[in-house]
Amino acid sequence: MKFQTNISPLNSNRLITILTMMLILGAVWTVVSRVPEPSSQQSGPPPNPKEGFTAPDFTLDLLDGGQLTLSELRGHPVVLNLWASWCLPCRSEMPAIERVHQRYKDEGLIVVGLNLTSQDSESDARAFVQELGLTFPIVLDRDGSVSVRYQLLGLPTTYFIDQSGIIRSVVVGGPMSEATIQSNVENLLQEK
Amino acid sequence: MFPFLRIGPFLVQMPGLALLAGLWVSTTLIEKEALHLKLKPAAILNMIFYGLFGGLIGARLIYAVQHLSIYLSNPLSLFSLNTSTLDPGGGIIVGAIITYLFGRRQNLPLRPTLDALAPGLAVFMIAVGVANILSGNAYGSPTHLPWAIPLWGEYRHPTQVYETVAAMAIFILWKTTSTESPGSGLGFLQVVAFSASARIFLEAFREDSSIWPGGFREAQVIGLIILAVTIYLTKTWGNAALATSH
Repeated sequence: MKFQTNISPLNSNRLITILTMMLILGAVWTVVSRVPEPSSQQSGPPPNPKEGFTAPDFTLDLLDGGQLTLSELRGHPVVLNLWASWCLPCRSEMPAIERVHQRYKDEGLIVVGLNLTSQDSESDARAFVQELGLTFPIVLDRDGSVSVRYQLLGLPTTYFIDQSGIIRSVVVGGPMSEATIQSNVENLLQEK
Repeated sequence: MFPFLRIGPFLVQMPGLALLAGLWVSTTLIEKEALHLKLKPAAILNMIFYGLFGGLIGARLIYAVQHLSIYLSNPLSLFSLNTSTLDPGGGIIVGAIITYLFGRRQNLPLRPTLDALAPGLAVFMIAVGVANILSGNAYGSPTHLPWAIPLWGEYRHPTQVYETVAAMAIFILWKTTSTESPGSGLGFLQVVAFSASARIFLEAFREDSSIWPGGFREAQVIGLIILAVTIYLTKTWGNAALATSH
């Protein structure tokens, strides 16, 4: 197939010259803009509910009594699942989360269920946990402050947090398949 | 930043919507350019569809291969709609291979077909920039420059805006020069080369780069390789175009 071309050696050569200059400048720029090695005193990324940032910290009451502080779980990969008892996808994915908890807890995984108590009721949350036989810790966000800090957009939302407290993956909506949860957990455990 | 739009019980992902709109505009332009280059638009659009669909399946299968035991015990999870269980790099490679094989099977001439794809690629890069503006992904490093934007708790380089503006400039450049050598493949190479150059330059302002040993940013190194290949092809295909025009 032939086309009428207006190409001249000048056009072609001019483009090659421009691109070659870009290649040379780009190579220099790539070297100049290298990322320096992080110093040991450098703190991690700031807290934000987003991949690549430190998971915003909280201290909340546990459903079974006592308190849980997220930052105290550093050193362990954490799955943080935000849920409410009236949320149908939350109910659908919870058995899979429980199975993953059972399977990986001996490898250091900590699963935390965060109930949006400000939009739920403590008694309904308790009944939900008993009905589904959940054995991982459940914390109660009674005033909704943590869901605000996590800029919650929908339920369920799940954060996969590495041992340094950095969010590696966020899944908004559900239900998640067991393979989705497991593969994300295995990615966290491989970094350990 | 406007990542989601709630419509009743549904949560619409706005970045996804921007990409879909970009795909629609891209395919429209590709169809128009294919007609201009006297190619079969239907064959090219089918090639894009098979490439995208194959890329999506490839992205899931390659992710599943990386977690083989999990997916062998839960094979139905292969059909999950969750985008966190896709391997984007693998998807791009598989999609490109399928696109190439389909094009060959349809006897689509390589260089004119690539030229037909050029405006679509340029427009899709604009859509990627807009999607990043909406999601807040591909965010910049902290800065105190007057045009810094507050994002993720700090004032940052608006890298999403930089990349959108660069993609628009590349599209305009293609528009003004595409008539010089239609069907030679140079239009496509120009879009790829300038997109790679933009990425090499703008990546330095990003905070979320993947870092290789020595502090090199992955996207810049890959951009340099792509740029070098396009220079070689520009020389080869430019000579071929000159030979046919004389």
